[in-house]
Amino acid sequence: MSMDPSVLRVDDLHRWLGEDEGRVHVLKGLTFSVERSNVYGIVGPSGCGKSTLLYLLGLLDRPDQGEIWIEGHPMAYGSDEDRTRARNALIGFVFQFHFLLPEFTALENVMLPMQKLGKLSQPEMEDYAQGLLAEVGLGAKSHRMARHLSGGEQQRVAIARSLANDPAVLLTDEPTGNLDVKNSDLVFDLLCKLAHERGQAVLMVTHNNDLAGRCDRLLSLRDGAFAD
Amino acid sequence: MMMSLMGIIFGIGFFVLAQAQTSGFESFFKRTILGVNGSIRITDRLQETLSSIMASSDEQSGVSFVISAREGKQYVEGVDYPDQLREALEDFPEVTGVSEVLEGRIDVTSGFRAQPARVYGIRLKDHIRVSNLDDHLIDGQLSNFERDVNSVLIGSLLARRLEAKVGDYVVIRTGQEDRRYQIAGVYETGIEDVDKQRIYMQLGEARSLLYKPFGGAFLQVNIANPDKAPHLAAHMERLFGHHVVSWQEREQVWLEVFRALKVSSAITVSTIILISGLGMFNTLAMMVMEKNRDIAILRSMGFTRRDIAEIFIFQGGIILALGTALGSLCGVLATYGISKIPLHIRGVFSTDRFVVEWSWEHYLYAALIASIVIFLASIIPARRAARLEPGSIIRGTSL
Repeated sequence: MSMDPSVLRVDDLHRWLGEDEGRVHVLKGLTFSVERSNVYGIVGPSGCGKSTLLYLLGLLDRPDQGEIWIEGHPMAYGSDEDRTRARNALIGFVFQFHFLLPEFTALENVMLPMQKLGKLSQPEMEDYAQGLLAEVGLGAKSHRMARHLSGGEQQRVAIARSLANDPAVLLTDEPTGNLDVKNSDLVFDLLCKLAHERGQAVLMVTHNNDLAGRCDRLLSLRDGAFAD
Repeated sequence: MMMSLMGIIFGIGFFVLAQAQTSGFESFFKRTILGVNGSIRITDRLQETLSSIMASSDEQSGVSFVISAREGKQYVEGVDYPDQLREALEDFPEVTGVSEVLEGRIDVTSGFRAQPARVYGIRLKDHIRVSNLDDHLIDGQLSNFERDVNSVLIGSLLARRLEAKVGDYVVIRTGQEDRRYQIAGVYETGIEDVDKQRIYMQLGEARSLLYKPFGGAFLQVNIANPDKAPHLAAHMERLFGHHVVSWQEREQVWLEVFRALKVSSAITVSTIILISGLGMFNTLAMMVMEKNRDIAILRSMGFTRRDIAEIFIFQGGIILALGTALGSLCGVLATYGISKIPLHIRGVFSTDRFVVEWSWEHYLYAALIASIVIFLASIIPARRAARLEPGSIIRGTSL
């Protein structure tokens, strides 16, 4: 593991979207770093580039300029194989929609990233996944099909899944956007607890000002650049 | 996907069934033909005639040389030295039997009805080694035929036309004389041309009847592997100078018909597999579109493009495995069922039920065709799925 306290570092990140006359400069030279055990809130109006930034950080998209380091490794222009491997081992995603595989149980959904990583045996994976589900309060529902869980429960399964390979950084894109107030608080508290107890960095894109105010750090994005 | 699986199952089942019946009839025809006329027939020859001048340069020393000049060719009917040729043929390891046969046109009369026919003079022991005459006998005894030179074996159609049966007498007219023979047996090959006009009698008696004390016969030869007959026939023709005909050359027309039928049915039935493959392609292509969100999620969790492609290829593999297993089972059951259907055929062969051939090759070919179709139907959607960019899909879903 790198000695650098920042688990994620971004330098002069630019991204254009669209083509020809419709081409828009969405991200305009962002530079920042993210440290462990902190919850970062990314806020800003719709279309300011929050999700675009998150997909770049999650290596789901490539920047037009700039560099992204995850645990000290430059990732922006790496090969598809390297970036895919990093997504599996270093990054956890939680999206606005839970994106669980409905044909699988909660336990199987959580085990998917582990199966890809292949570090644990099948019983070890089951034990670990069961532990994660217990941590998010769903230990008793681990064998339920994902489609038979409520919205809040599905989002908590998605959080458990994002933690499956003990990633360095957790990227969450409006994880409470689809939940009621009670479930939103539950999920947010869970993310904070995980960040503080497990030492992971959490980046959360949100429109919820209450939740944003409860984050350890706040990054306010406006027109593709951080507002002071 | 279930419809595609059903299509593959029925496609393979029909393919196996179609091949089993066309091959069945073809094989049965070949067995019949080989059982009647053998693998190879050695007949006439064109003899080159030569005139020679012997010149001597030195009579005392005995040194001489020969000048040969070609004058033309002479047609020689049949095999004039059958015993020597037989000895030569026995040197071929592939040859399993040689029968000398003397053939001649005659008229046969039974009581009140006369029929044109052909007499075949044979040595029974030799001829059984190059034919299935013993199996074809439907009435009478071969031992009686062997014992009595004045007995004959006649085809079932000829017997019916003459209204004659075993034990009855027939008169054979050659134009020069009439002789009376007793029917020792009636045979049926199923080949109309044989059953309606061929009369077997002992070779010595045939030579006497046809006034051909020497030569004029042909040799019917059987070999261990009938598929090698064309090659062997060509070799024998070069070696002996006689006209040598393989059964493939002799029955070329029928073999072409069977080949055309086999190819035609294979093409027709392969279409079913192809259509099922197209159905499967559509299903998988639709699945890629429907599942692109799941594909993106898997990619975001670290699954590679190859992993994604393998999911769709794996689905194709399951269809192939299930389709081949169940399709082959359908093929087995259908082939067995059809083999029990009563079907009376006489003319090119004789059968009272549907003829099928059990061959693992039919199942192999069906599986191969299905593999190619399913592979193509899976690989294109699989590649399309692998190319999907997770970022753009998730962004599209989130907005």
